[in-house]
Amino acid sequence: MTTATEDRPTGPPEGTPGTEPFLSVRDLRVRFATEDGLVKAVDGLSFDLPRGRTLGIVGESGSGKSVTNLAVLGLHDPRVTTVTGDILLDGRELTHAPRRALERLRGNTMSMIFQDSLTALSPYYTVGRQIAEPYRKHTGASRARARRRAVEMLGRVGIPRPERRVDDYPHHFSGGMRQRAMIALALVCDPELLIADEPTTALDVTVQAQILDLLADLQRERGTAIVFVTHDLGVVAGVCDEVLVMYAGRCVERGTVRDILKSPRHPYTWGLLGSLPRMTDDADEPLRPIPGTPPSLLTPPPGCPFHPRCPYRDQVPDDRCRVERPPLAPEGGGRASACHLPDERVRELTPGAVR
Amino acid sequence: MGASGKPPVDGSAGAPLLEVSGLVKHFPVLQGFLLKRQVGAVRAVDGVDFAVREGEALGLVGESGCGKSTTGRLVTRLLEPTAGRIAYRGRDITHATRKQLAPVRSEIQMIFQDPYASLNPRQTVGAIVSGPMEINGIDPPGGREKRVRELLETVGLNPEHYNRFPHEFSGGQRQRVGIARALGLSPKLIVADEPVSALDVSIQAQVVNLLRELRRERGIAFLFIAHDLAVVRHFSQRVAVMYLGRIVETGDRDALYRRPRHPYTHALLSAAPEPDPDAQGRERIRLAGDVPSPVDPPSGCRFRTRCWKARDKCAAEEPPLTRVEGNAEGHLTACHFPEEPTVVRDRTVVLDPALAALEEGTPQEEET
Ligand SMILES: Nc1ncnc2c1ncn2[C@@H]1O[C@H](COP(=O)(O)OP(=O)(O)OP(=O)(O)O)[C@@H](O)[C@H]1O
Ligand SMILES: Nc1ncnc2c1ncn2[C@@H]1O[C@H](COP(=O)(O)OP(=O)(O)OP(=O)(O)O)[C@@H](O)[C@H]1O
Ligand code: SF4
Ligand code: SF4
Ligand SMILES: [Mg+2]
Ligand SMILES: [Mg+2]
Repeated sequence: MTTATEDRPTGPPEGTPGTEPFLSVRDLRVRFATEDGLVKAVDGLSFDLPRGRTLGIVGESGSGKSVTNLAVLGLHDPRVTTVTGDILLDGRELTHAPRRALERLRGNTMSMIFQDSLTALSPYYTVGRQIAEPYRKHTGASRARARRRAVEMLGRVGIPRPERRVDDYPHHFSGGMRQRAMIALALVCDPELLIADEPTTALDVTVQAQILDLLADLQRERGTAIVFVTHDLGVVAGVCDEVLVMYAGRCVERGTVRDILKSPRHPYTWGLLGSLPRMTDDADEPLRPIPGTPPSLLTPPPGCPFHPRCPYRDQVPDDRCRVERPPLAPEGGGRASACHLPDERVRELTPGAVR
Repeated sequence: MGASGKPPVDGSAGAPLLEVSGLVKHFPVLQGFLLKRQVGAVRAVDGVDFAVREGEALGLVGESGCGKSTTGRLVTRLLEPTAGRIAYRGRDITHATRKQLAPVRSEIQMIFQDPYASLNPRQTVGAIVSGPMEINGIDPPGGREKRVRELLETVGLNPEHYNRFPHEFSGGQRQRVGIARALGLSPKLIVADEPVSALDVSIQAQVVNLLRELRRERGIAFLFIAHDLAVVRHFSQRVAVMYLGRIVETGDRDALYRRPRHPYTHALLSAAPEPDPDAQGRERIRLAGDVPSPVDPPSGCRFRTRCWKARDKCAAEEPPLTRVEGNAEGHLTACHFPEEPTVVRDRTVVLDPALAALEEGTPQEEET
């Protein structure tokens, strides 16, 4: 029997996930100087992530998810990028840490699965070498041991015949296989913080399920803290403990996975859930995207950044949505939403807004 | 985006635009330091037949590495086939030279899976999108720049992005640049390789609606490669499921989603994640074991190493892709022991509530 029918693990993993934040981000701002002006890609973002937990980041394309993660890893080009705010990893300030210290942390304490596997892997070296090298560097293992480790990792992410494919170049791999090679690379040094930026976007559902299991195992065994960026709310439902919804460089809603998927409060989150294609829909009906285009980050809209696209802005008196930026409330790290709509109105609107 | 007009439902309306038969692509596996010699071949696509009719969308789904992108690249003639035949409007283009291909070149466009690799980093978005128009000498009324700005808006980008470079864009934004570029030439057939996988769900919905509209209103046919089964269901009239270089099941949308017969199709449908924290405990078919290597695929049925129904016959004989008993017309399955389309809910291996709910008029208590 090669097939198992089994339940998905639900909720947080076994063991004792810490409550002390392992990664703590405060008022993060990332700006790019471009020819057209200053792009405010991330504009005052805060979150906490304890060990052994998974934080999902969802949100519009271009809302600053990847830029946030690159800032945590210290991978922005300082010549065109300004990063301010605090990033604390295990109590250590990273925002102003020297390049070398960050380099040592990357790949060892923290590592990242990039969204673009093709540019993350070098075309000039074999896949195996790219996985073995950081392992050698961080553990001092011999060449032969590092190679065995690379083969093992490729096998764990489901590359068939890893001992043969280890000497292939990235362009010999399919899109999904490159993605798996990237995952092997990110996991080779057993990181304590894993930032996974759409790690399974390029994968089909059965391999995706396999990779998600692998990440869950890793987390259970080693208490890894995971930041998981994805557009796939089905994946969010399966792997995340908490969810942060981003729009235009800001967090617009935050809560447990159940809060966000079952009783979302922010009109953007409503729109996000409403635009999902579902297996039970009438497939001949058009989907229901959020109308309008993403906001410009050069000249962000005044007031609520979502107001040009929000169907509920007229329900807030005094034109507040157009002039006053709603704060993320209540303060204090738990469930919160950044919207002027009064709570009772939100409760009335939710069922109709989310189907 | 309105639901204007009905699509050609099962292709009866359109004539075959693209016909592919026995298509094969093997990549040599080389070994040795100075003198490379061939020690085997990656059988990426290994005998594939399908047709895409005018104005129709054929969805192509399957495991990562099963040969979907290779199929797309063969059809657009970015790769040279090892064997088989590709005909466009009845004309054999399998080995057509660049020159012979010129008249149909602009009619067949591709949207690439990898928005990072497919955009020239040194060109502005404006130059990228107007590139194919320039090469093909197309001068739209009002000028190319105006047209490019329209196209950018059509795909949900801000026309203010005209002078920006690809690295200044997010992944999803880059993918939309690729779509705008493909639309510039008014194509008849678009091979879309995971066109929405990198997009967030709202823009994905916009793009799917946009592509649907293009298909209905301009009669553009699509070979739509994707792994999100819900998206494929919303876009394609027919669907083909690939596994390890072969098509294992094909049929119209309802046949495939409501009455799948191939065990692999059942597995795919049951593994599709649902955006509901309460649905997570549901049982799924989990494919254990490794994906076999396309260098050395299993004998007989290629799915047998991971199939819960495999028997001796499966190793000995390759199951042909045929209309097995109980299949509707045009619904073909390559399996010696197909799943019963009507007993789906009784079997312990398929407990997908979404799948069960698709069975029309099913009383609730019959569900497991
Ligand atoms: N190097 C850069 N220079 C200028 N602007 C940039 C740069 N990198 C990113 N941006 C801009 O910053 C914003 C946020 O980009 P980011 O890559 O974080 O988006 P994202 O949320 O990850 O989107 P996606 O889901 O599409 O990957 C985008 O508007 C993008 O255009
Ligand atoms: N240029 C090449 N040289 C050698 N092998 C290749 C080459 N291109 C693709 N392959 C192999 O062919 C097989 C099919 O690859 P293809 O890219 O078509 O898969 P795919 O179905 O598109 O997968 P994905 O869903 O991951 O994108 C894979 O095993 C891949 O490694
Ligand atoms: S603050 Fe106003 S515009 Fe913003 S999401 Fe709430 S109702 Fe809509
Ligand atoms: S032919 Fe046999 S091994 Fe292949 S899918 Fe059918 S039952 Fe499974
Ligand atoms: Mg991103
Ligand atoms: Mg592919």
